[in-house]
Amino acid sequence: MADNFLFFTELMAMPVFDVKGRRIGRVKDAALVPLVHSSRIDRILMGGGDAWLTIRYDQVRSITLDKGISLSDEKLVPYHDDEYMLRIARDLLDQQIIDVTGRKVVRVTDVTMGIVNDGVRDTLSLMDIDIGVRSIFRRLFQGVLPPRWIRRLQQPIPPNSIRWEFANVVEPDPLRRLRLNISYQKLEDMHPADLADIVEDLSPAEREAIFETIDSEAAADALSEVEDPKMQASILEALEPEKAADIVEEMAPDEAADILSELEAETSEEILDEMDSAPKTEVRELLEFKEDTAGGMMNTEYVALHDNASVTDALAALKGNEDLLEGLNTLFLVDADERLVAAIPLARLFIAAGNAKLKDLASETLIQVNVDEEQDRVTELFDKYNLLTLPVVDEDGKLAGVVTADDIISLLRQK
Amino acid sequence: MRKLLSRFRYHLLVFFAVIGPGFITANVDNDAGGIYTYSAAGAKYGYLPLWTLLPITLVLIITQEMCSRMGAVTGKGLSDLIREEFGLRMTFLIMTLLVLANLTNVMAEFAGIASSLELFHVSKYISVPLTAIAVWFLVVKGNYASVEKIFLFACTIYVTYIISGFLVKPDWKEAAIYSVKPKLMLEPDYIYMLIGMVGTTIAPWMQFYLQSAVVEKGVTAKEYAKSRIEVIVGCIMTDVVAFFIIVACAGAIYSVAPKDIQTAAEAAQALKPFGQYAFLLFSAGLFNASLFAACILPLSTAYSVCEGLGFEAGLNRPMREAPIFYFLYLLLIVVGAGVVLIPRFPLVQMILLSQVLNGALLPFVLIFMIKLINKPDLMGEWVNPRWFNSVSWVTVVVMIGLTLALVGITLRGMQ
Repeated sequence: MADNFLFFTELMAMPVFDVKGRRIGRVKDAALVPLVHSSRIDRILMGGGDAWLTIRYDQVRSITLDKGISLSDEKLVPYHDDEYMLRIARDLLDQQIIDVTGRKVVRVTDVTMGIVNDGVRDTLSLMDIDIGVRSIFRRLFQGVLPPRWIRRLQQPIPPNSIRWEFANVVEPDPLRRLRLNISYQKLEDMHPADLADIVEDLSPAEREAIFETIDSEAAADALSEVEDPKMQASILEALEPEKAADIVEEMAPDEAADILSELEAETSEEILDEMDSAPKTEVRELLEFKEDTAGGMMNTEYVALHDNASVTDALAALKGNEDLLEGLNTLFLVDADERLVAAIPLARLFIAAGNAKLKDLASETLIQVNVDEEQDRVTELFDKYNLLTLPVVDEDGKLAGVVTADDIISLLRQK
Repeated sequence: MRKLLSRFRYHLLVFFAVIGPGFITANVDNDAGGIYTYSAAGAKYGYLPLWTLLPITLVLIITQEMCSRMGAVTGKGLSDLIREEFGLRMTFLIMTLLVLANLTNVMAEFAGIASSLELFHVSKYISVPLTAIAVWFLVVKGNYASVEKIFLFACTIYVTYIISGFLVKPDWKEAAIYSVKPKLMLEPDYIYMLIGMVGTTIAPWMQFYLQSAVVEKGVTAKEYAKSRIEVIVGCIMTDVVAFFIIVACAGAIYSVAPKDIQTAAEAAQALKPFGQYAFLLFSAGLFNASLFAACILPLSTAYSVCEGLGFEAGLNRPMREAPIFYFLYLLLIVVGAGVVLIPRFPLVQMILLSQVLNGALLPFVLIFMIKLINKPDLMGEWVNPRWFNSVSWVTVVVMIGLTLALVGITLRGMQ
């Protein structure tokens, strides 16, 4: 019976036969060379005499569950630790990997490989990473029961696997990462909140590896979503100051200030020094405020116009601030001295004529707080007036920043 | 000066941020079984066994320190590390033993709850189901931070033993002398008792719980120095409590008439002549300790097993995402509490069995711990220094010897 798949547990200890059909050893491990091919088993390592020997994939004639491995070429070279090899038993089994589609960290129990015959030889290629009870069952009985029995007995247990393309190996060592062609590009496309959940499940070294390699924007988004402020701080601390600064620059200034305030003064100073001057000043200003006041809660991502502006001016201002659009719901008007005079719900712009004055569209009552206002009072205002955005002003009445509903929600969840 | 002050504040904050895992683990060591062992020692031999507390504290500190260090440096639980370094079969074996040992431990805790509340004339048919439900809700409805606060509060209740120790008005001079003066008698019962005291000091579950708690808390290698202080203080506190339990029973029972006591509740009864408060405090302490351990054991078991075998785990995950985790947790509570209610259930044999299982498991756990903590690729600069390694090995060998001796005695007693 020809199978088109083989479990790694079945490959282990499989006998190897030379061209004349003599048994010369047993399989000890198998390896990919990811720089050459991402899923083909390139080498099979065989133990026979004193040392392990390396079987190249093109030295194999056939691989079957019942008859083992037959070679077509028996000039095997001794195995020496090759840095370009990802060895299945050593580097993959029992280790944690990231399931990119399932968006979680999983532990590898077994590996399913496909057997492909191209007319000349059988080649193994990695198909699935097996997790869950079924693969645990196989591991426990590997070598105890005949493989065919194990296959039959495992039938009632539902399989649980991840396609190899959607699995991401985590390797803290940067040099090894290059040699094994491991990248975290797949992670950059994930939702930042999912990536944050994954990162929280990993060890510090692995966390650092991911933040070091993914682009600063994705890193900033994910870092904002990490729930524990202490973990956020320790991630930043572990990175080189330049990389940390790149990430902080991409973050909303209020979040950046929150994280930096968790760090030891010297470390946060080091990171600030590496930052570009514009975001640096904003973050520095925010750092001055106490954490549990309106000033400490606010961010500076708002759009303000002069009090004589029209709807057309507003649309122009929005075009100039495209990066803010996703979270924006209110515009502010300030007078010549930058004092806050009115707030305009963004939606009112849609039903107004282009030449209408913004101040005619303003909310009747202007609700604002001083930078020193206490956190609890700010939360109360959000509840009482059903706010999405609350402007914060300094002692002279100048607009200093805004507190947004998402800040309030995270705050309440932490309590 | 300001800078110095802010630095000091930072360090103080960090210290409070790492408090929890070490205190809780060490205190739970004084669970129903521990209290019984110390009470029995004091009732029968008075102040003589007090000297063992010093070496016991040392042993406790040495083992706990290694676990919390591994947790802080690797960011992984002990069962994670065992899986990664020693493979699935070994993990499975250890986890099976751990579940069985902890199940019998949970039975002992619920028996402790039942007997302590019977002192207050509450029937076990009411107390046990109610506390079992409370345990389920506490942990399922809470999150790590809130549960930890409750646990830390439970730690403070151990103070009742210190007060009841004072109320009994023991002979302090004698207590002080025998605390530092080793007293060996070649009397089989005395030696059994000493072995019992040391043998129950380190239970396998503690190592798993402590390391996971350190990881969950997010303690980093940088903060580890503070974590170490916490572990040491916690261990000392635990043995101070043990000291007062022995002293109370020595003063109340041994000074009147030395005798063998069968349960910790019997020790509480014997305190009655010394005032209602001494009795009440001792019983309340027993209830608190049993309940506390009944909360932690099922949780820690479910965590360790799921971590090691690669199932989803954690209270922050809904039930359908982590079915095995919740199943195990529920199973331990239901079975552990249920058997206490079965008339004529051989509970004493079960508790003896738990000692045997703990004893069988402990050598594996301790040896794995030492092997893991000496792996440079895991621990980097945090591997054991050479002198500490010899101390740890001696500790481990002595502990294994004593535990096996305890198992031998228990098995002989069971026949």
